[in-house]
Amino acid sequence: MVPWFACSAAIMFVAGLYISFFVAPTDVQQSEAYRIMFIHVPVSILSMFIYLVMAGYAALGLIFNTRLSSMMASALAPTGALLAFLSLWTGALWGKPMWGAWWVWDARLTSELILLFLYLGFIALHASIDDPRRADRASALLAILGSVNVPIIYFSVQWWNTLHQGASVKLTGTSMHVAMQQGMYTMMLAVWLYAITISLIRVRSIILERESKAQWVSELMEIKR
Amino acid sequence: MNWGEFFAMNGYAWYVWGSFGMALLIFIVEMVMVRHRRTVILQQLRLTSNAEDL
Repeated sequence: MVPWFACSAAIMFVAGLYISFFVAPTDVQQSEAYRIMFIHVPVSILSMFIYLVMAGYAALGLIFNTRLSSMMASALAPTGALLAFLSLWTGALWGKPMWGAWWVWDARLTSELILLFLYLGFIALHASIDDPRRADRASALLAILGSVNVPIIYFSVQWWNTLHQGASVKLTGTSMHVAMQQGMYTMMLAVWLYAITISLIRVRSIILERESKAQWVSELMEIKR
Repeated sequence: MNWGEFFAMNGYAWYVWGSFGMALLIFIVEMVMVRHRRTVILQQLRLTSNAEDL
């Protein structure tokens, strides 16, 4: 499945970048700087979505004691952490020209920073416990507790008075140009497919690492060579 | 539109290309890392299986 996801991710990235830079018109208020949106919004949304998926897998592993779901959770964490970092990075580079500041202690920015720390905490906690099954359980608990943060990030722009703008795309209609929406959704799909690809490759390594004593592993073609 | 104008991004070049550049860098680094992790574990497994065959 990996090559399929990898190819579709690559195609969507090319299409998304083309729309982002050549089709979408220049913004009246923000000029060309708004094009940061085409990477900022997808990585931010995916950083939240991956956290929920990760917490879901971790919870499955905790409740049903399934090893594979815990491994999947560990495989998603690094990608989620990198996307959360990218969200903050691109946000800073967008905030500087538009708000005049790289960083403000605003509700949305702060809760996204907490999300990054939750990812890092999950990875660190898992790495600090020698027994992988115990590590799975402990970090699953952290992931589940931390998932409270995701709705806080999402609704922060409505609940508090923030510098960060509200959602431009709503169920009741949107204030964005069609080409801008297409660019954003294409990029979102691209990042999503990328995240699936990279996590699948990572989980295969994790499975091999953790099941290295199993009979089937030593019978693999790649090993026998 | 010429290429110089395109890359200048109307004065926002550092911000726009800094964002997309960092994203590209992160994605490349991540891909190298997962590939490396796979190579390492496969090599390790090959070594142990060879050792057991002896």
